[in-house]
Amino acid sequence: MMRLLVAMLAIAGWVTSAAAQNISLLNVSYDPTRELYADFNKAFAAKYKAETGTTVAIKASHGGSGRQARSVIDGLSADVVTLALAYDIDAIADKGLLSKDWQQKLPQNSSPYTSTIVLLVRAGNPKKIKDWDDLVRPDVKVITPNPKTSGGARWNYLAAWGYAAKKYGSEDKAKEFVKNIFKNVPVLDTGARGSTITFVERGVGDVFISWENEAFLAINELGKDKFEIVIPSVSILAEPPVAVIDKVVDKKGTRAAAEAYLNYLYSKEGQDIAGKHYYRPRDPEVAKKYENIFPKLSLLTINDDFGGWRAAQKKHFDDKGVFDEIYSQ
Amino acid sequence: MDRRRNRRRRSVIPGFGITLGLTLTWLALIVLIPLGGLFLKTAELSPSEFWSIVTGTRALNALKISFGLSLVAAAVNLFFGALVGWALVRYEFPGKRLVDAIIDVPFALPTAVAGIALTTLFAENGWLGGLLAPFGIKVAFTPLGILIALIFIGLPFVVRTLQPVLEDLDTEIEEAAATLGASRWQTITKVIAPIVLPSLWTGFALAFARAVGEYGSVIFIAGNLPNISEIAPLLIVIRLEEFKYADATAIAVVMLLASFVILFAINRLQRWSATRTGHA
Repeated sequence: MMRLLVAMLAIAGWVTSAAAQNISLLNVSYDPTRELYADFNKAFAAKYKAETGTTVAIKASHGGSGRQARSVIDGLSADVVTLALAYDIDAIADKGLLSKDWQQKLPQNSSPYTSTIVLLVRAGNPKKIKDWDDLVRPDVKVITPNPKTSGGARWNYLAAWGYAAKKYGSEDKAKEFVKNIFKNVPVLDTGARGSTITFVERGVGDVFISWENEAFLAINELGKDKFEIVIPSVSILAEPPVAVIDKVVDKKGTRAAAEAYLNYLYSKEGQDIAGKHYYRPRDPEVAKKYENIFPKLSLLTINDDFGGWRAAQKKHFDDKGVFDEIYSQ
Repeated sequence: MDRRRNRRRRSVIPGFGITLGLTLTWLALIVLIPLGGLFLKTAELSPSEFWSIVTGTRALNALKISFGLSLVAAAVNLFFGALVGWALVRYEFPGKRLVDAIIDVPFALPTAVAGIALTTLFAENGWLGGLLAPFGIKVAFTPLGILIALIFIGLPFVVRTLQPVLEDLDTEIEEAAATLGASRWQTITKVIAPIVLPSLWTGFALAFARAVGEYGSVIFIAGNLPNISEIAPLLIVIRLEEFKYADATAIAVVMLLASFVILFAINRLQRWSATRTGHA
């Protein structure tokens, strides 16, 4: 009897210590970060193992940013989310899964790396596209994902809007401008990756409004001499944010690892991995290393120029917002 | 009374009470409770809210596209599915088994794979799309593309419901008709059609129902432009992305009711054609 008890205790001890030694994290992310996190997860797991002796298995889930946020709301137990825009994490916070001031918890608006929106054109730039103005020309076909289903596409839309608002100085003109761009859109894919494929593989369209990192990826992975990046005169600072999902990590007991995971994004190594994958590093020193890759641009920001994501979402992308107006006539 | 007892004794599966109970429980768990949840979510909306959601221009257009193209696709499948079924049952040719197996591919293939494959094929730089482009025919990213995806996924339904009926239909019946002096046309309309029509209607209904709910294969080839090539299931997904669950379920409820009405009508048609010809 005694022996049995000892054996059981030993097993229990072994089980709990094994649990302490092996944890798993789920990072729920959006479409164009697949390559970035594949790399980053490896680096983090190695570092965490070296520092704490704990093995972390990191699982990553990718998809449209809004859909990913909804999965988390509906119960996908993500330890951390790394999404395309703050609004999607706000939506999760609204359901009480993390505190509403989540964006103040990490430096730089909780966005360890940034990106921007650029124009990808076919080699030689046959349609002579130089700036946003060319996208409203009737002879130009524009590829962008649907802002309703793709977080990235909302940055695209706002970049164009911001340019027009700045240039023409009126809301009505900006609306007209954006409407004319979407008149030239023959395909609205549901996610950024889908649009990349439509433009790159299917050969549809003359210009692809794209995240900078996705444009670099298209050039490097899919066709070195087939595409060129055109830098518009005005674009937007895309800040994809990251956050720990409090409810989940407290329940699973993974808070320490989850926080270390996100903090590692801000470290020199983390920043370097982001730079390698064509995300603009926040760290000035690391950014210097990549400065010849990323052109300097006049960048609008969501907070200064659009009053934050909640306001932008409500005005432009909610039901019966400006985007719906564009398509309702 | 005597006959009934007799039938009961001959039944292989015992316990009518138990089997019916299990059937209803299973049906409730798998079908009725989820559907109930759908209606419950919609009940959050007031009737006027519900009405304005489902009669908005965009929702109406999406429903029109989904139901309209599904009916056309099912009709195309009715014709070509019948043709394929007939060829497979009546004739021997090399590779017949392979063709027979290929019919089932749309059943088993993940729909997204089907969508991506069809899009690759029909895009302007694809094999088929490239041939059609000089004639000004665009398939990928137009409603025509949606139609082709819906035809693709619906094909097996007509073939597979028709096949067993055709196999039961001996050639002797046609020969008998011929010896009694029937023309070919009379043989088809008076002898063959009455037997196969009910199963054709069933295949049509199944192909149609599948097409209405299809999402995966369509969104890749559709172009997804609001009011032009946006299917109702995509609009439901869009509403969900806006975190508007009730709006999404409202459209879903309309689709469900409309499908039910149409399937019910097809069912009546099927019965009518069966009783009219005495092959109930």
